[in-house]
Amino acid sequence: MEDYEKTEASLGGCEMYGNERSDEIIRELRAIVDDRRLLTAEEHLNSYAFDASFGYYLPDVVVQPVTTDEVAQIVRLANRYLIPITPRGQSTSLSGGPLPVKGGIVIDMSRMNDKLIIDDEDLVAIVSPGIITAHIHRAAEEKGLMYPPDPSSSHVSTIGGNLAENSGGPRGLKYGVTKDYVIGLEVVTPTGEVIRTGGRTIKNVTGYDLTKLIVGSEGTLGIITEATLRLIPLPPAKKTLLACFDQLVDSGRAITAILASGIVPAKIELMDRYCMEAVEKYEPSQLPVDAEALLLFELDGHPAAIADELHQVERICKEHHARMIRTANDEAEEEQLWRARKLVSPAIARIKPTKIAEDICVPKSKIAEAFARLQQIRHRYGLQLVVFGHAGDGNLHPNIVCDVRDKEEMKRVEAAVEEIFKLAIELGGTLSGEHGIGTMKAPFMEMELGEQGMHFMQQIKRALDPNGIMNPGKIFPTPGQRLVLSDE
Amino acid sequence: MNKRASEQWKQVLAYDDTFQCIQCGYCLPACPTYETMQSETHSPRGRINLVKATAEGNLNSIEALANSIDKCLGCLACESACPTGVPYGKIFDSAKMLLAQHRKPKGQKRFIQGILLRLVKSNKVWQNLAASVLWLVQKSGLLTLAKRSHTWNRLLARILPPSVLAFTLVIPEVSSPVTRWKRPKVWTSAKKQKYTVAFFTGCIMDMMFEQVNRQSMSLLQQSGCEVIVLQQAGCCGALHAHAGDRETAARLARNNIIALEKLERDRKIDFVVNAAGGCGAMLQQYESLFDDPQWKKRAHYFSVKNKDISEVLKRAEPLHFAKSEQQSSETVTYQPSCHMTNVQKNVTAPLHFIRSACDNFQAMPGADRCCGSAGIYNMMEYEASMEILDRKMASVRTTNASTIITTNPGCYLQMKLGVEKHQLHDRVRVVHLSEWLAEHIQLTEHE
Repeated sequence: MEDYEKTEASLGGCEMYGNERSDEIIRELRAIVDDRRLLTAEEHLNSYAFDASFGYYLPDVVVQPVTTDEVAQIVRLANRYLIPITPRGQSTSLSGGPLPVKGGIVIDMSRMNDKLIIDDEDLVAIVSPGIITAHIHRAAEEKGLMYPPDPSSSHVSTIGGNLAENSGGPRGLKYGVTKDYVIGLEVVTPTGEVIRTGGRTIKNVTGYDLTKLIVGSEGTLGIITEATLRLIPLPPAKKTLLACFDQLVDSGRAITAILASGIVPAKIELMDRYCMEAVEKYEPSQLPVDAEALLLFELDGHPAAIADELHQVERICKEHHARMIRTANDEAEEEQLWRARKLVSPAIARIKPTKIAEDICVPKSKIAEAFARLQQIRHRYGLQLVVFGHAGDGNLHPNIVCDVRDKEEMKRVEAAVEEIFKLAIELGGTLSGEHGIGTMKAPFMEMELGEQGMHFMQQIKRALDPNGIMNPGKIFPTPGQRLVLSDE
Repeated sequence: MNKRASEQWKQVLAYDDTFQCIQCGYCLPACPTYETMQSETHSPRGRINLVKATAEGNLNSIEALANSIDKCLGCLACESACPTGVPYGKIFDSAKMLLAQHRKPKGQKRFIQGILLRLVKSNKVWQNLAASVLWLVQKSGLLTLAKRSHTWNRLLARILPPSVLAFTLVIPEVSSPVTRWKRPKVWTSAKKQKYTVAFFTGCIMDMMFEQVNRQSMSLLQQSGCEVIVLQQAGCCGALHAHAGDRETAARLARNNIIALEKLERDRKIDFVVNAAGGCGAMLQQYESLFDDPQWKKRAHYFSVKNKDISEVLKRAEPLHFAKSEQQSSETVTYQPSCHMTNVQKNVTAPLHFIRSACDNFQAMPGADRCCGSAGIYNMMEYEASMEILDRKMASVRTTNASTIITTNPGCYLQMKLGVEKHQLHDRVRVVHLSEWLAEHIQLTEHE
C-alpha cells in the first residue's frame, strides 16, 4: 500500500515544458491526434483546470481524442512516461472527478460523439461517451422508448461522465440509476488495452461483472469509449401533483403511505421551507412560506392507471394534513408546477454567490431525522442552508450558499459539511447518492467503508492500474487529506 | 505576473461579478462558439474563468485572455441560459475594455475596426455622404460587375479584405440622396391618434436600410401613432461599448438622451421606437454607461422609453393584413436578433405579427442561435463568423423557406451573405420585418 501511494505521489506536476522529455511527449501526442485537438496554450490549460465543484489545477496538456484507438495510444504513452491522465466529459461534476490534481494530460472525451444508435428491436442504445445524455433521451423518445436516468444536468453532461459517476436523477425511485441501465461497455484500461465488458443482452453472467465495476468508478479504472444502454418502453402519459405540508414529518408519512398502497411515482421531489422562501422572493409563485415541506409527485404510465393513482395520491396527502394541493390540466400547467423546483438554484444564488451542493442518501425511514439534524446544523453554524432532493429514495441535497471570499464563513461551511457527512453515515446512509466521491469526499471514505473495505478497493485499483496514472487523487484519500472548500 | 498590474486590472474587469458563476456549465449548449470551436476555452464558463484568472494575475500574458475573448460573439445567449444570473455581458464588456487599453488589433483588423467605429460615431453629414457614395457605387454597376465577372472579383479580392468584399456585395440597394432628403420629419397618424413616438433612425440602419426606417414609420402611422424623427440622435453606441470604448459610448448616449429631452420640451413622447434589435438593446442599457448618479437617472428615463417597433405596434391600433396569392405560397422563417431576445427580452411580439400575416411560418431549429453577425464580429473574425453562419444556413434549409425575416441590420446582411454563399439567391430572399409587414398591408405614405 505504501509503495503504491509513493508511486502516485511521485507523479506530481510533471514539468512538461522546456525540456527534451516534454518536447518528445508533445511530439508523440501530435502523432496521435491532429493538431486542432492538442491544446497547449495558456488559455486552454486554464480552461480545463476546474469543474463545477472546487479546486483549480492546471494540466500540462489537453487532448481531445475522437477514436478508441487514439485513447488507447494516449494511455499507453502515459504509462511509458508515467504521466497522470484525467478523463473528462463536459466537467459538470460536483465532486472533482475531472480535476487534473496532479497535472499531466487531460483527456477531453466530449469530442468523441459520433455514435448514437437506437435499436428498437433489441431495445438498446449504442452511444459514444461524448454524447449529451439529453440527446439520448430525445432520440429514444422519438422511437417510443425511454432511457430513464435523468440527472438534472442531462442537457449539458455527457453519457461518459454519467457512467463514470453512476449519476442518478429524480426518476431514481421508480426506475433506478445509471448502473441499472448499462449492459455493455468498451473500455480502455489503465494500461492501454481495449476490452469489452458485458454485451447486448440484459442477462449476462459470463465472468466477473466488469460493467458494474467500471460504472461509478469515477474514471479511476479506465476510460469508457462506448456504451450499450438498456431502454424501456416510453410510458404513454404522465401527471404531476404538488402538495405542501405544515409538518415535515407528515410529508414523510404521506410518502410511506403512498408507496405502501402500491403506487410508485416516477418522481418525488422535496423542498424545504427555506427553498420556498427563496423562490417566493425571486419569483412569487404563491408558495406557503410557513409550510415545512413541499412535495412534487410525477406519476407516469397508462392514462387510466395514473388518473386513478392521482386520486389516491391526493387522498393520501389530504389524510396526512397536506395544506395545499395543486394538479395540472395541461402541459403548460405542468411546467408551472415544476417551475418552483427549477427556480431553487437561481433563487438561492441570489442570497449569496457560492453554492456548495451536497448529496447524502439516508434510508427513507430516516429522512425526517436527517432533516431535523440539518436544521440544527443550519442554526449552529449560522449558515444559509437549504434542503431539497429526491425524497422517494432518501437522496437529499443540502445546499449551502455562502461567499468563497469570506474566509471565516468558509471555515464554518467546511465544519458544517463535515457534520453533514457524519450524520449521513450515522443514520445508516451514504456520503454520496449521486455526485460521486471525487476529491471532495475522499477524506471520509474510511468512515463509511471501514479499513478493510478501503483496503479491498485499493487492491483492485493497484491491480488494474499498476503505475497509478489513471485519474490519481480521486476516491482514495492521500494521507492527511482534509475537506477544503475553496480554490486554495 | 506583475501583482501591481493585477490590482489595477481588478478595477477595470468586472472581477466581483465573476464570483456569481458556479461553473455549472449550463451555458455550454447555448454558446455558438462552443459548438464551432469545440473547446471549453471558447465557452462562457471558460471566458469568465479567464477574466477571473487575469484579474488575479494568474496568466502570464494578456494574449491568453484576448485569444478567447476575441472569438466571443457577445450574443448573450449564455445570459438567458444561466441559472444563477451571471451578468456575462458586463464581464465581457469589461474584458474588452482591458484588452483595448493594453493591446491593439493587428493590420487589417485594426484598419476595418478603425474605419467602422469612426464612421458610426461621426456627424450625420458624414454618414449621409458615405451613404451617397455607396449609392453611387451601386448605381455605377461596379458591384454587379464584381458579382458577375470573375476577373473583376479577383481584382477586388486583391485590394479588399475578404470580409469587406463579401459584405459590400450583399448590401441591398440603398436609398438615393434625394429620397433621404425628401423623407418627412413628422408623420401624422392615419387613425385616431393613440401614441406620440420619436423614431430612432440609427447609423448603419439609416445608411443602408433607409427604406426600412421609412416603412417602419409608415407602419407606426397606420397604427395610430404620430411619428417624429429624432433628428439629433446619432449612433446608439453599441459597437463602441462592446469594443471596450465605454467613453465614446457614453458620449454618444448623452447625445441621444439630450435629443429626447429637447424634443420633450414641447410635447410628451410615449415611446422612442427603433427597428434595429442590436441598437434597441443598447438604448435600453444606457444606465450602465454612467457612474454619475444624475446621468444615471437621465439615462434610466431614456432607456425605459425605448422599444422595438414590434412591441409598439402590438400596443397600438391593430393592423389589417391582406394576403395575396403570391404571398400565400411563400414559406417564411424568422431569424431573431440575439440582442432583442437576450437583452430586450422581446420574443413574442415579432412572432405575433409573423403568424398574423401569413399561414406558412416554419420556425427553424435553433432559431435562437446567433447567425454570426454580432456587430462587426463578422468583419473582425470573418472565418469564425462564417463557420457559425454555415451551421445557421443548414438549419434554415430544413425549413424550405423562401423568405427569411430579420429584425436587425447586422443579421440581415449576414443572412443575405449566407444565402449567397449557399447558392440560394434565386430561391430565398431576406427581408426586414417592417419591409415584410409593409408588403402585407399595402401601405400608403402620408406627409
